Amino acid sequence: MTVLDVHDLVKGYLSPEGERSTVIDVPSFSMAAGEQVGLRGPSGSGKTTFLNLIAGILQADSGRISIDGREMTALSEPNRDRLRAEKMGYVFQTFNLLHGYNALENVELGMMFGPGINTRYARELLDRVGLSHRMTYRPRQLSVGQQQRVAVARALASKPKLVLADEPTGNLDRRHAMEALELMRAVCREHDAALLLVSHDPQILEHFARCEDLSVLNRAARDTAPAAGGR
Amino acid sequence: MVRGIMRLVLRSLRQHVLSTVVTLLSVGLASGLVMAVFSIKEQTYQAFTGGPVGFDAVLGARGSQLQLVLNTVFHLETSPGNIPFSMYNAIAADPGVELAIPYAVGDNYEGYRVVGTSPELFTKFEYSAGRKLTIAAGGRIFDPEEKGAVVGSFVAQKTGLKVGDHFEPRHGLTDDPEKAHDDEYTVTGILEPSNSPSDRVVWIPLEGLYRMSGHVLRGTGRNYRPVADSAIALEHKEVSAVMLKLKDPTAGIYLDQAINRTGKVATLAWPIGRVMADLFGKIGWMNNVLAMIAYLVVVVAAGSILASIYNTMNERRREFAILRSLGARRSTVFSAIVLEAATITALGVVVGFLVYGVIIGTAAVIVRAQTGVVLDAFRFDWALVFTPIGMIVIGALAGLVPAFKAYRTDVASNLTPLS
Repeated sequence: MTVLDVHDLVKGYLSPEGERSTVIDVPSFSMAAGEQVGLRGPSGSGKTTFLNLIAGILQADSGRISIDGREMTALSEPNRDRLRAEKMGYVFQTFNLLHGYNALENVELGMMFGPGINTRYARELLDRVGLSHRMTYRPRQLSVGQQQRVAVARALASKPKLVLADEPTGNLDRRHAMEALELMRAVCREHDAALLLVSHDPQILEHFARCEDLSVLNRAARDTAPAAGGR
Repeated sequence: MVRGIMRLVLRSLRQHVLSTVVTLLSVGLASGLVMAVFSIKEQTYQAFTGGPVGFDAVLGARGSQLQLVLNTVFHLETSPGNIPFSMYNAIAADPGVELAIPYAVGDNYEGYRVVGTSPELFTKFEYSAGRKLTIAAGGRIFDPEEKGAVVGSFVAQKTGLKVGDHFEPRHGLTDDPEKAHDDEYTVTGILEPSNSPSDRVVWIPLEGLYRMSGHVLRGTGRNYRPVADSAIALEHKEVSAVMLKLKDPTAGIYLDQAINRTGKVATLAWPIGRVMADLFGKIGWMNNVLAMIAYLVVVVAAGSILASIYNTMNERRREFAILRSLGARRSTVFSAIVLEAATITALGVVVGFLVYGVIIGTAAVIVRAQTGVVLDAFRFDWALVFTPIGMIVIGALAGLVPAFKAYRTDVASNLTPLS
């Protein structure tokens, strides 16, 4: 079963000079349920924009995105928000944890707008990522690696069908990056969630059976990107 | 979801505890001030126009009705003059008069008025429906022929006078120990608190006041000094005023006609409530000024709510973006900010009730000491209902501006830099 289906997705921006420039032009992209896909691309290839479009944070100019059978691009903004809250989890490079909340509460935020707060499940998730002894710690009291694990737990808190990860290991050293990657992949597998992970690190991406290059997928990037390498 | 929004609100209040507390105090001050201004205004108006007075009219010397009422009923102001005792007898015998109590003033004890009257004040007079001035256990009403005194509860509390104590009244209405009369009076009773102006008076027999050393009677227009052991002829006697309880309002109408419009020697202040209402009408502008100041404080408080939340908006943009990325709707973020403003206001209103209690408690002490009228902090007043509701609505409205800013937060640009 397809969990993510992208067709003729186009997104552009108006430059300060008033010129319209297209940053995303993806004819086709899809992921099966539970599938794990690595996505690479050089800087400026639109990786974050692509993820934000899939998450419904940005609205496409044209094209279609379906999440677990529901066409997101046809939904109103509040309904896109609801779909994101119920079907998707998002792990950011800078984790984006809320510093006024402890680890447990940050995970609960991941469920608050979807299925509702389930403290027991949030505890289970933190236990699964090895933070059962740090539940009441604020992000600033946690190491970078621990913050990353809280972010993973939060992304899975709403029992999503699709987890989007934008350079989730970008701020970690090699050892912690590998540990975080394995943890994320394992936890997504356990929860039957598909994982779309963006990275520019070949050693991270080589763990994925399927790895896509956005500079190839994205016709807009193809026109402007350098010949090879980079993010 | 409501639980979730409330959690966001409480967490934000905790995170910005200093600005929350400052704003909360300003709201507390504003709401307390508004409630106190309106409650004191209403209570004083009620007390002075329809409070525990017990009389319908006052008969006194020709002059101002207001001065007559203030002097006789509230024991404020100076007496406009005296009237012959025969007028007291005449009005007491009028078929429209149910009760007439003489009132003669001219002395004080430690600044509290010493008033000559008749025992009927304690046996027949009701200061409010069914309630008479009661003498506390161990005391009794003075004998009209002896130098005894019944002391009001407030006077007893302030001067320490108790049954059996002796004291010397002082001449005039302002306290001057050097002007003490030679006559020594014995306290025969202390009044139970009545929360009426009578609490601030020392009551003695009318005859005692006449015979006080140095007093001169001018009932006939000529000076007369009472002689010991010799009865005072009726023609020499006089009173400052006569407090009247009328049988019905029509008695007031014809007495008003006879004394104020046809007669030329006396004044009838009737009805007392109307006379005092006229006073409040004249000083109504003062209430309006006070109300305006209170409203301005409310505006300042609303502004401080707006500023305190608005100032946190920049640092919270990322927080809103993260919440939106987790699925929070724009309306959820908007509601959280409005609810935050309303919550600060609601907490401020709680503080406002404390401020109200302090203001009205202080005002009550002053008003009671000055007039004998008691303000009750726990007395129901619609201002205590409408002010909190109004403040919370104003607070929520003040939250609309920052809420709209939060509503418009762009998610993508406030999360992570584009790669």
